[in-house]
Amino acid sequence: MAALLVAAGLAGIMEPLAAAQQAPPAPPAPPARFVVVLDAAHGGDDTGGRLTSGQYEKNATLALSVRLRSLLGARGMQVITTREADQSVEMAKRAEVANHADAQACISLHVAETGSGVHLFASSLTPAVPSHFAPWKTAQAGWVTRSLALAGVLNSALQHGGLTVTLGRTALPGVDSMTCPAVAIEIAPQRDADRKITAEPDDTDYQALVANTLAAALLEWRTEARQP
Amino acid sequence: MIPRHQTILLGVLVLASLVMGVALWQLRDRAHQRLVAGEDSAPTKAPEVAPAEQATLMVANDDDNSLLGQVHSLPLPSDPGSRARAILGRLLDIYAAANAAHPVPGGATSVAQVFLLPVLESDSGKAVAGTSAPGGSGPSNSGGGNSGAARDSGPELAVVNLTSSFVSTHPSGLETETLTVLSICGTLHANLPRVTQVRFLVDGQSRATLAGHADLTRTYLTSDAAPPELTHP
Ligand SMILES: [Zn+2]
Repeated sequence: MAALLVAAGLAGIMEPLAAAQQAPPAPPAPPARFVVVLDAAHGGDDTGGRLTSGQYEKNATLALSVRLRSLLGARGMQVITTREADQSVEMAKRAEVANHADAQACISLHVAETGSGVHLFASSLTPAVPSHFAPWKTAQAGWVTRSLALAGVLNSALQHGGLTVTLGRTALPGVDSMTCPAVAIEIAPQRDADRKITAEPDDTDYQALVANTLAAALLEWRTEARQP
Repeated sequence: MIPRHQTILLGVLVLASLVMGVALWQLRDRAHQRLVAGEDSAPTKAPEVAPAEQATLMVANDDDNSLLGQVHSLPLPSDPGSRARAILGRLLDIYAAANAAHPVPGGATSVAQVFLLPVLESDSGKAVAGTSAPGGSGPSNSGGGNSGAARDSGPELAVVNLTSSFVSTHPSGLETETLTVLSICGTLHANLPRVTQVRFLVDGQSRATLAGHADLTRTYLTSDAAPPELTHP
């Protein structure tokens, strides 16, 4: 009887083992967490630009960060922000928050009155092999290739959403120190063919359209990030 | 009674002083003309006597975040620093015009000076601006005719001294500020190919950013001003 019980127990153990041996190799497990860092640029003494409405850029970027945070949270993403209020945050501190988060996407948010549509910027640093001992000011160099890929995903999503998008590369003290796929997004007014403004960058509907599109694009980025 | 020879002497002396007065007046006039002519060559507008030459301006467009090469004909002085300043002046005049595709107020007078310095081997990558090398090979600026830097044929660092009024009225934004910096770098390189690095000063001082975004503390490589490219994997 005891032997039977032992045999049954062994069989119970052996069964899943055998099944595991016969089953095709499982796809790599998705990352347990998907973290997005939202960096509302400017704040405190650093007002940023001034919009036609009279609003400071620092307030518009914070509003956008708050809106995006809830959209991304609703899609199951963990969101870490560099500021939650009108306070000044050093560039180095912003990068420190981002680098601590071990994030899959770092988004620096700007709002401007010049140009049109959404401006996407990746770091202008020359791509390099990622290293734990990268100089602080150019740490992003190891991530530029991933940052360009992220910018590409955001670009196609925004264009599919009917928005005007321009792509560029620039030197940004905060972003250049981030060790994550990082993109700076600047929301400019929406303009018609005659360059007449059809929506100001702090227009609620326009911001909602951009934020929703970005949230969908980041969901797509999460799927891409899972690929080996 | 005055003797006759004394009257003649007095007459000669009066005549001599009158002639000398006229001569002095003419000399003063000539000196004034020279001064005015000298002032004409110093400011942003090249003197009319300079022959018109072609310059390639890398003109920015906010709508598509692009730089487009445009050939313009303008009078250019021979001194490289003054030349650079005249070319950048024309570029900023385009931005100050009504309905510009990259609107920035200020115009030609916004560039106070352009200094050209040789890039030292040890400096490549992070050249230090504003100091002239000991030994007399000083910066070649727009005011004087010093072309010390032009003597060698190596790469050059251009130090662009902007006015604070230009910087204080420059629109704020990642795209607009980046375009201004890149179009200045690209225009310098297009016309002075030896310029490979560019640094910025504002009223002779270093400054953190142009208008809150573009970093003015770093040395820009003119290769950065190549048309912005982004690749989708
Ligand atoms: Zn900004």
